[in-house]
Amino acid sequence: MSKIPLQFRHNGRDVAIFVDGGTNLLVALRELIGDMTPKFGCGQGGCGTCSVLIDGELHLSCLTLAETVAGRSIETLDGMKQGLNLHPLQRAFADHFAAQCGYCTPGMLMAAKSLLDRNPSPSRDEVVEAISGNICRCTGYEPIINAILAAAGGRASA
Amino acid sequence: MAVTVKTFTSASEAAGALSSDRSARYFGGGTLIMRALNEGDVAISTVVRAQDQALTRIEASGPRVTLGAGVTFARVLAERDLGFLHAPARSIGGPAVRNMGTVGGNLFAPNPYGDFTVALLALDATVTVAGGFGARDIPIEEFLQARERQTGTLVLSVSCTRPASTEAFRYRKIARIKPKGGSVITLAAHVPISGGRIAGARIALGSMAPTQIRARAAERALEGRSLDTASIAAAASAATEGTSPADNALGSAWYRREIVGVYLRRLLSGQE
Amino acid sequence: MLELRKDIFADERDDNLKEIGKGTQRQDMLGHVTGTSSYFNDHKLQGMLHLKVVRSSHAHARIRRIDTAEAERSAGVRRIIRGADVPVNLNTLLSLINFGKDDEPSLAVDKVRYKGEPIVAIVADSEREAFEAVAKVKVDYEPLPAVFDVEDALKPGAPVVNETYPKNTFTYHEAYDHQKLRFGDADAALATADHVLEQRYQMSPIEHAPTETNGAIAAPDTNGRYVVYTSTQALFFSVDTCAKILDVPSNTFHFIGGTVGGGFGGKVDTLTEPLAILGAMLTGRPVRYVFGREEEMQYGPPRGAERIYIKDGVMRDGRVVARKIRCYFDSGAYTRLSSYAAVKCAAHLPGPYTIPNVYGDVYCVFTNRTPATAMRGFGVTAMDFAIECQMDKLANLVNMDPMEFRILNAYRDGDMKAHRREAKNTALIECVQVAAEKAKWPLREEFKRASSRKDGGGSRAVIPPTPADSSRTRPTAPAQQRTSYDRLPPTVTREPPREPPPPAPPPPSPRPAAPSHGATRFSSVFGTRRR
Repeated sequence: MSKIPLQFRHNGRDVAIFVDGGTNLLVALRELIGDMTPKFGCGQGGCGTCSVLIDGELHLSCLTLAETVAGRSIETLDGMKQGLNLHPLQRAFADHFAAQCGYCTPGMLMAAKSLLDRNPSPSRDEVVEAISGNICRCTGYEPIINAILAAAGGRASA
Repeated sequence: MAVTVKTFTSASEAAGALSSDRSARYFGGGTLIMRALNEGDVAISTVVRAQDQALTRIEASGPRVTLGAGVTFARVLAERDLGFLHAPARSIGGPAVRNMGTVGGNLFAPNPYGDFTVALLALDATVTVAGGFGARDIPIEEFLQARERQTGTLVLSVSCTRPASTEAFRYRKIARIKPKGGSVITLAAHVPISGGRIAGARIALGSMAPTQIRARAAERALEGRSLDTASIAAAASAATEGTSPADNALGSAWYRREIVGVYLRRLLSGQE
Repeated sequence: MLELRKDIFADERDDNLKEIGKGTQRQDMLGHVTGTSSYFNDHKLQGMLHLKVVRSSHAHARIRRIDTAEAERSAGVRRIIRGADVPVNLNTLLSLINFGKDDEPSLAVDKVRYKGEPIVAIVADSEREAFEAVAKVKVDYEPLPAVFDVEDALKPGAPVVNETYPKNTFTYHEAYDHQKLRFGDADAALATADHVLEQRYQMSPIEHAPTETNGAIAAPDTNGRYVVYTSTQALFFSVDTCAKILDVPSNTFHFIGGTVGGGFGGKVDTLTEPLAILGAMLTGRPVRYVFGREEEMQYGPPRGAERIYIKDGVMRDGRVVARKIRCYFDSGAYTRLSSYAAVKCAAHLPGPYTIPNVYGDVYCVFTNRTPATAMRGFGVTAMDFAIECQMDKLANLVNMDPMEFRILNAYRDGDMKAHRREAKNTALIECVQVAAEKAKWPLREEFKRASSRKDGGGSRAVIPPTPADSSRTRPTAPAQQRTSYDRLPPTVTREPPREPPPPAPPPPSPRPAAPSHGATRFSSVFGTRRR
């Protein structure tokens, strides 16, 4: 069985791995690179907890064939902190109690970042739409929405 | 045994690889094939991809619109000239799924998915597939009826005529979760009006049969008449004719039959 | 937004506490927002193998033969585990507290009792290879008649789901097929009530659908022990369950858990740990067994379904004078925790109301459905749904406002509950009052003035004479009584206010609980522990 060599940027760092045919990006990130921040929730595109940014665009890593990201840039929650400091979204999530079990949080944060990167001052409806592919089964949507709006507000005023 | 991934630079090579291997499946956006692999579908052992620019082309300037099979829903939404397809594109998944899922893949999406295809069916779209001797056009209804046998076929593009007016084309997806959720039922209607009369009515339904289907009895109830309370009521009461919905976790067959007429009436009369 | 109503019961509370009543950051929040909280599956172990199970395609069938020959030859397969490989292949979760009989195998041997029951486990180098081998296992089934309805399961001649309990009911105290609550004489009170309302309620099973699916990783340690990373919500419970099933001392295991990606009760059944550990024992390698999403949704245990019959007697003035309840708790094919749910259910009767005559029978029934388990108030939630629907219908029947109807019947401090425990720290009246205020729902003045701390006790504290059951036959299901509840909104009559609360009818002669067997003593799981 031959492995497929694969190179891409992972949170600003070049990485090279060998994957089996059919390996998804989630498995590649978690088991070959060791970035455990994207989670497995459904493998079907239903829950969003494996969300990552590929060249700045929100994708589901569990439905992404690993070899299709060759040469591209992947961002995960592991790369969100700014040095020792939390990203404004992370700070807002913590301040607004926007995580309970924490399992949807990596995907929620990536979906939120994807929104704010393109639309720094979204409306509440735009926030709801932006996280509509992410399920929080602890049903903490209100604090999550408030946290994203607060992060956007903080950023706008900064 | 790991899965073998074959990547080609041209669609025709990919089509050749697909037709020569019955166990091979075409990989578009990944939302169907990767899902099957993740759930342990061992029937898929070969995956075929094509990195052909033609598959991601959008031609939307004229009256005839052509979407490459690899065009994602996010790109449909980004295209101002495709405004009439924005509602169906937006009704699919969350942003990540729309960044991945493709127009071509949606033709194969089983219930409760495949909403974009409902819209295309109401627009009398044509599906262009790669054949042994170049491309071949198939009316979308015919394509869907034979969908089970199309797994070895490579879809190149889908084309349709732009609706005559904004009001002539209507779309509604009924889901239990807002703003995102699988379809309980999906409806699309194209009701072009010429001289006060409907000419060429098309009503398409999702989740009302194993594949997306046209509600022909409802279409007949509208054809040649003006779009008014009486014709809408007639179409609504004929909406279940020829349907064969199934029970699933989102709704029962009984419920689907109960609501399809109600939502068709609302769709045609412009109610929320 | 959260609002603390500190004006209510202010004198009962000390507000000068350091932590209680004050907001504080979760200790795991920083880990959550940085993605560094460590869930069971966030461990990359060298040489880890993957375990998948072959599941029953039948709801009820005898297993004639299991052929694993082709699967054994399949690429990447390290070990095939069958029922005979499991040291103690029969367990019930609450056996750890001596409650119930062992009734569930880790891997089915002679029979499958629900669709999706595990039969064979396969340990392979990769998930894909495990899936390929699973597809190659051939199981020869002899399908048996299945039963999916709780009342059908109790009919004579119904298929026996689980031979451990041949009557298809859990056995309490090694003798009784249900939980019983008797307080006063419900039949006599129903006979003299102004209105009697009998209704049937059904609640479906509910899937927890945690975002993290159930799973475990087990790895041999160098000291002869096994490290187990697990999604369990009940870590020590799981340790002991694994020790029993694998027949080793519990200090063989070093369980690491605590950070759970959503549980809601669905991660207490120790479904994955025993096979993951056994896989590690048999291969000497780390083994991961994690549910896929379809497995989680289809075969992960749900909240059990319940069917509930309520027959209430109510007087024209709004007092509920009798409540008679029969409840059938659908345990699915095995007990898991449903035996305990039925106890909780009986303990919850008749809801937070002071009713002088209460009669309850709660059955834990086996069917060929997915075994049920804990979920957020299980045993109580469905009963509350039924009781509160019933309260609305009763209020309608006597032309009373439903909020005021609840205040009228709410228990108050000092009242005697049907389990012969004094009601203390009651607060239903205040809850209804605040809910009405928030909803701008008008309450008459005397109901606004009602208090949980006033007018309780006295005649309401008395334990009424309770007749012993004359017969142990199970009543047949009654017909659903028609009501005008949904169709005709009532014209709420604003009768001249009475003195709230009207005292419960005084019993003829207060005396201690009649010591009739099984009828007078509320028993909890722990109270009946066999020693």
